[in-house]
Amino acid sequence: MAESRPRTLFDKIWDSHVVERLPDGTCLLYIDRHLVHEVTSPQAFEGLRLAGRRVRRPEATFAVADHNVPTSDRSAGIAEPESRLQVETLERNVAEFGVRYFPLLDRRQGIVHIVGPEQGISQPGMTIVCGDSHTSTHGALGALAFGIGTSEVEHVLATQTLLQKPAKNMLVRVDGALPFGCTAKDIILAIIGRIGTAGGTGHVIEYSGEAIRSLDMAGRMTVCNMSIEAGARAGLIAPDETTFAYLKGRPFAPSGEAWERALAWWKTLPSDPGAAYDRTVVLDAAEIVPLVTWGTSPEDVVPITGTVPDPEAEPTEARRSAKRRMLDYMGLTPGQRMQDIAIDVVFIGSCTNGRIEDIRAAAAVAQGRKVAPGVRAMVVPGSGLVKAAAEAEGLDRVLIEAGFEWREAGCSMCLGMNPDQLKPGQRCASTSNRNFEGRQGPGGRTHLMSPAMAAAAAVTGRLTDVRELAR
Amino acid sequence: MQAFTTLTGIAAPLPLPNIDTDKIIPARFLKTIRRTGLGRHLFDTLRYHPDGSERSDFILNQEPWRRAEILIAGPNFGCGSSREHAPWALLDFGIRCIIAPDFADIFFNNCFKNGILPIRLPQETCELLAQDAAMGANARLAVDLERQVIVRPNGEEIRFEVDPFRRHCLLNGLDDIGQTMAHAAAIDAFEARRRAEQPWL
Repeated sequence: MAESRPRTLFDKIWDSHVVERLPDGTCLLYIDRHLVHEVTSPQAFEGLRLAGRRVRRPEATFAVADHNVPTSDRSAGIAEPESRLQVETLERNVAEFGVRYFPLLDRRQGIVHIVGPEQGISQPGMTIVCGDSHTSTHGALGALAFGIGTSEVEHVLATQTLLQKPAKNMLVRVDGALPFGCTAKDIILAIIGRIGTAGGTGHVIEYSGEAIRSLDMAGRMTVCNMSIEAGARAGLIAPDETTFAYLKGRPFAPSGEAWERALAWWKTLPSDPGAAYDRTVVLDAAEIVPLVTWGTSPEDVVPITGTVPDPEAEPTEARRSAKRRMLDYMGLTPGQRMQDIAIDVVFIGSCTNGRIEDIRAAAAVAQGRKVAPGVRAMVVPGSGLVKAAAEAEGLDRVLIEAGFEWREAGCSMCLGMNPDQLKPGQRCASTSNRNFEGRQGPGGRTHLMSPAMAAAAAVTGRLTDVRELAR
Repeated sequence: MQAFTTLTGIAAPLPLPNIDTDKIIPARFLKTIRRTGLGRHLFDTLRYHPDGSERSDFILNQEPWRRAEILIAGPNFGCGSSREHAPWALLDFGIRCIIAPDFADIFFNNCFKNGILPIRLPQETCELLAQDAAMGANARLAVDLERQVIVRPNGEEIRFEVDPFRRHCLLNGLDDIGQTMAHAAAIDAFEARRRAEQPWL
């Protein structure tokens, strides 16, 4: 491998995983870890079965059911027959193919992108894939992690490789310190607002700068998680002492001599000085404010202190009509103050914001307050271990006393595949990642925001500037 | 996988930007363990009223576009999730080719795995093709992957680019896994080296 050219973190991981390079530049890329869930894997296992193939590296493959599991008491199993069939199919497949599985009643069960880092499965320098676009989350550990379709899930199961062309490098640098009341969620919403939902298409985004470096691992995961909402294939943050401290001692992380060897290698991964990026975007953290979305695309962000934008200000008719359609769907009028928008439901959870740090932030706002009358507020921990940790800290009591529902781990209302769905016309303050039409239930209206902002909305009954509650 | 060589068919214009995979196939229809049968729910919320009746103003509910095999779509088509149910639903409906200014990466990739040809063309060209498509059954488009051209109803040919490896797979209906299996020795060697040098991986 040529060492002369300064390389980015992405280049280094990519180069070290190329098994073979085809004449047109397509690479056979080795995959270190494969995470599997119940919704995008049944057809892949069926494909293996029909072709008489086996899972090439069962020990590098980890399965968990998360997308359509109920978040109420699960000791009696899953009532909904189609969801039950998908989970049972996964259980049959992992047994038949010898894949490691975290069962529904195991404390380690949870959202696949919470479980991977939590268990130390996801590590710096790895290639990690999963049949889910938010696999970009694991990039927070300095791993090249990206979502794949079911055909590729089957390809990885059978060969432990993928056929890929290298992505372009994009650097997003966030300088300075984040102001009071702002979080990692506001950073990534600001980035998506700036570059748009197709801004990262064809690229892997590396996040750097003081504001990123200062984030804990949970915040870094929130940022990398929503790289896909910026159109990027993956997000990456160079591993550092924060990363190493997070990983050390986790069940599937290396230990002993292997830890030392791994650590020495991880320290070589950060981008070389002078490494070239195809595109660079710079944000000043000082200018970031608590953000919410108003429309049906994650790029439709506005400061909580702002107003609903006017579609007529858009430059083209196509854009004007798209924005008019959004406002109609969202039931909003141009010029309306964001803080005047009343909400019906609050959802705190998801692979974006379902970690213990997120629940702490929500509980800090909920402490000593009550959920506004008529509002349904739910907290769905990202994993059974997150739930247990929150309960050990007494956060469940704080939230329950404030009137929040305290539920079992899963994807839940982020995508509404389980019974946790919005009803038509209901408006939700949500810590999830997508505000698409119907995403949280047919006709449901989603406003994306940070956990603290969602908790603030829960106690006031409207979109609220969390900084005002803190005063 | 069904090979894609040439396709002459009705094209439907669907110029909305950012058609996401939840619009193509909402999550509540992903509770299947099969690849087939999803066409009924393609564009479900755009296509049907909440009571299940068809929205007459949606293009794929109108003749002749009910029989469309080509979509002329808007920018960032297929953004959102990695669900392969999106191309499965399109294929099940009968769509074999999608032309748009740009696509989300994972969706774009998923199309090739299912015998669907996604074509990127400049916005202005897509608008021309959308005008052709709006003319309906009298204005079929022909897509020739071998020659990498789209033939407009007026006979004009529009050249498009496609990755050589993906073109080869589509033209021959090749399954990736079978091809990768031919590299098994290289994968074995890679793994053996890694086990020695980086055993924790």
